This record gives sequence, C-alpha cells and structure tokens, in this order.
Amino acid sequence: MDSKRITLFAGHYGSGKTNIAVNYALWLKEENEKVVIADLDIVNPYFRSKDSEKQLEARGIHLISSEYANSNVDVPAMPSEAYSIIDDKSLRAVIDVGGDDRGALAMGRYAPAILSENDYEMLLVINKYRPLTPDCKSTLAVMHEIETACQMKFTGIINNSNLGDETDEATVLASVAYADEISQASGLPIRMTTVKENLYDKLKEKVVNCTAIRLYVKQSWAKQEEDLWQK
Amino acid sequence: MADKVLMKGNEALAEAAIMAGCRHYFGYPITPQTEIAAYMAKRMPVIGGTFLQAESEVAAINMIYGAAAAGKRAMTSSSSPGIALKSEGISYLAGSDLPALIINVQRGGPGLGGIQPSQSDYFQATKSAGHGDFKLIVLAPASVQEMVDLTFKGFDLADKYRMPAMLLSDGTMGQMMEPVSLEMGEVKEYDKSSWAACGTKCEREHNVVNSLFIQPEELEKYNFERYERYAQIEANEVMYDEYLMDDAEICIVAYGVAARVSQNAIDKARAQGIKVGMIRPITLWPFPKAVLNAAADKVKAFISVELSMGQMIEDIELATRCKKPVLLCNRVGGMIPTTEDVLNSINKANSVGGDK
Repeated sequence: MDSKRITLFAGHYGSGKTNIAVNYALWLKEENEKVVIADLDIVNPYFRSKDSEKQLEARGIHLISSEYANSNVDVPAMPSEAYSIIDDKSLRAVIDVGGDDRGALAMGRYAPAILSENDYEMLLVINKYRPLTPDCKSTLAVMHEIETACQMKFTGIINNSNLGDETDEATVLASVAYADEISQASGLPIRMTTVKENLYDKLKEKVVNCTAIRLYVKQSWAKQEEDLWQK
Repeated sequence: MADKVLMKGNEALAEAAIMAGCRHYFGYPITPQTEIAAYMAKRMPVIGGTFLQAESEVAAINMIYGAAAAGKRAMTSSSSPGIALKSEGISYLAGSDLPALIINVQRGGPGLGGIQPSQSDYFQATKSAGHGDFKLIVLAPASVQEMVDLTFKGFDLADKYRMPAMLLSDGTMGQMMEPVSLEMGEVKEYDKSSWAACGTKCEREHNVVNSLFIQPEELEKYNFERYERYAQIEANEVMYDEYLMDDAEICIVAYGVAARVSQNAIDKARAQGIKVGMIRPITLWPFPKAVLNAAADKVKAFISVELSMGQMIEDIELATRCKKPVLLCNRVGGMIPTTEDVLNSINKANSVGGDK
C-alpha cells in the first residue's frame, strides 16, 4: 500500500473514523515494522480505539492514547506520548482525530511539525447517512470547520457511508453520487469507499477504490457478535 | 431504507423531542448525555425554540416547571447525579400536575460515581424521584429506535395524564449508533386551557398552578385524585416485549442494554436446548405485573439481569408473589454483564431447577 509516514483520519463525529483508523493500522502493519495508532479524541467518552488496545498490541501495533480514556476520569486529556510520532521518523503513524472541529482543535499543536515534515495524508471520513452531513454542502461545511480548527488541509476522502447493521448494496450505491459531488467540489480524490467484507464482492466493480473493512468493536449488546479479532 | 439515518442515541432522542413539538429545553451538561444539550443548542435557535444552559440542574428543572405551567412541551436531560439534584423540582411538577419529559442517561453511582453506563437509578426513577406521594411514568428504551419512539410516547403520556414522565436510559443507549427512522406520525394536541397559566387576555378567571394547599382536606383530595389517575395508567399503559416465552421454562427479565445482552445469551442457550425466554419491561412504571405473574405459573425460575445491585428484582418478586425463585445476574459500577455472565445464570437456573 502506498502510504505517507503519517495518516490522519478526521470528519464529522460518528462518521466511522476510529474503526477505519484501526483497519488502516492493521494494513500498514503488513508492510511496515513500526506502526503506531494514536487516539487523539478529546471529545468522546465511549467507543474509542482504547477498546481494541489488547488486540492491537498483540499484533505489534502500539496504541497511544490518553491514560484516562475509557476510565471514569472525564477530562479532555492529550497523551504526552503523542509527540513521539513527530520525533521518531522511523514510525508509521495513524492518527484518529476527534470528531468535528471541536475534536480536531487539539490536533493544531502538532500541525506545524507535520506540515514542515510534509510526509502526511489527512483523510476526510464521510457518511451520507449521518443526519447533519446528508449532502455536499453540509459535509463541506464540516470539512472547512475541521481544517480551520486543526490548521491542516485534507488530502483525500474516504466514503464510509453506512447504516450500521442495515447497510446493504443499495445503501452504498446510493452514496456514490454524494461522494463524487464532494470530491468534485473540494478537488479531493476519493481514496477509498469502505464496505463491510460481506458486501465487497458485490461492490468491488461498481464503486471507486472499494475497500473491505472489518468492524473491530466489541459490543456485547450488538446483534453481530462474532469476534473478528479471532480471524 | 432511504428514510433511515445513522444516529447516536442521545442525538436521536433530541431530534425526536423536537419532532414531538418540544420547543423548550433547559439543561446542564454532564457525561454521558451532553450530546443532547449540544444537539439542542444547535437546533433550537434554527427552529425558533429555546435552548438554555441553566446555571445548575436545580435551575433547569424549575425552568421546566415554568414552561410546563405555561402549557408548553418542555424537556430537560441529565445523568444520575444531576437527576438527584432535580428531584425537588420533579416533586413540584408532580404536585402541580404538570406534564414534562425528564431524560436520565444513567451512569455509575452512588455519589459522583463514574461516566460509564449503569441502571442503578431504577429505585430513584420508579419509587422516589422526589418527596411526597407521586409516580413518574418511566420508559426504558433498548435501542436507538426506541430512544426516538419512547421520547415521542413520553411527551404524549405526560400530556394525556398531566404528569411528568421519565425516559430512563443509560450511557450505552445514549452513545451507541444505530439506524433509525424519524417518522413518528401526528403529534396529538391536548387542550390545556383549563389549567395552563398562559395569559387570560382578561377573558377568563386566572389559572393557578401550585402545589401548596392551605387546608389538609384539600391536599388529601388532590393526592387521592392523583392516585385514581395512576390506577388508570396501571390499567391502560403497561408496555413490554416478549422474546421466546411460548415454551420457556426460565424467564429473563431485563430492560435497556441488559435486555440486549440477554437476548444474545438466550439465543446461545436455546442452541444448547435450554428453554429460556425474556419479558422486557418497556414501562418500568407501570411495571408489567400481570404478565409476570402469569409467567410465574409456567416457568420454574426468573432471572433479573440488571446493571444494579438488585433493584428491579424486588418488583419481579412482588409481581410474581414470590411463587418462583428469582436469580440476580448483575454487573455494576459502569460494567455491563457479558453474554457469558447471563449464560452462567441461565445454566444455574436450569440445573438447580429453580432453587436459589
């Protein structure tokens, strides 16, 4: 996979950044020795990459996250270790940025270093089925708010349009025009259209850069309960 | 399919409240329900409603009192310790026969506790949400879709019976994302002109909204009248869901996230040949007493699955007149029972033939 040294995932909250960041780190690990994933979400108290810490570490991927993540300490804290991503140029790093402009604000402190090194990609994760980003205009507004907050520009788009468990072929196909319009209006390429593995064969010929992802979250209350980490 | 969107429980219920005609939201931030306030802060100004972050929970619930007294649909939301702060105002709402919707996205307790999910406010919601003799209608969603549907229902029941209703959710329900439909049908309008303090235009006598009565005979009369209304609610508004109860020998009783985990455990137990089903209360008050009492004549044991130290279990034992043993399967402090935890309890209930 052709990748930059640092890949950032940002977007509207609930667009699927964390799961895509985890998938991306696992792909990077196939071709790179030292891979880290940083959870820089200062907003969301639940459902974080911290949930997957053991599984990631078992695969040799180091997780950098606030020591307070998933605890009862409700403070928006940044992990001190995050600067190692900037300092240690031998690392391949995935950064899971918090949702919206408020989540991206904390990224700003690392922006000058990332920009001066200039070996990064920042990907906008979009989902047509989130009620506050249903069209091009509203999605671009969120995009610009994030860029302003973190002082960096996006370099590509990941179309992760989905309806959770109810996502089918038609759900994804209905999002193609939406993603294309955002791509044209922003001038950013669609780097991936992410779909769950069971939909990949049906869609790989039909959508641009179709990529199969797994849902790496542990939810004992979810209908689908198989442990994908076992595969 | 095209009409569905992917929403977080908290934002889905906020949008449902707006669609139910709520234009007055007063609250104070607390994890894990802050998305409700954040959503209202964005949406209310756009649609001509009022979002106000009060200086405290106590202030917020009294603003609800004011809006409700004027005949408006009003909502406040908080999480466990914040609801405790609102309890005085909730009692005043009940004592003044005012409709309002109160959201509790529960977190671990007691005290400051933690921010992870919990169901340990069951007693608070169903028995003692404040001082005095009164009840709340308590609705317990088990999906993001039910966060929407029961918010709509909660406003309607509150208006219909002129009393506060509570949506008793938890951090998991508030934070989880699922596809939802926001089509909820017509909002039923209730005539509030006989009691609401919304201006006489010098054309009628003043309506007085109050919970203070000088004469004890009068206060007693209102208490009796209120409990006649509660009896009607117990007769007409009970809601529950049944899962594989037809041939069940073991009955799980669980609500909210505990019911979601239990359903997975039931599927696994059924695959092993154990006949287990579930009665899921959707209204925690009124509690589905009759269906549980009827089930007690058929099953050999009940299991109460809770994120609390054994609260709902008392209502199950009362409803079933202790005819059959009730086992407790619980995790607390922000932990959620695993499918294995529930399976272990099912196996225990099965092997001991119902002995505790």
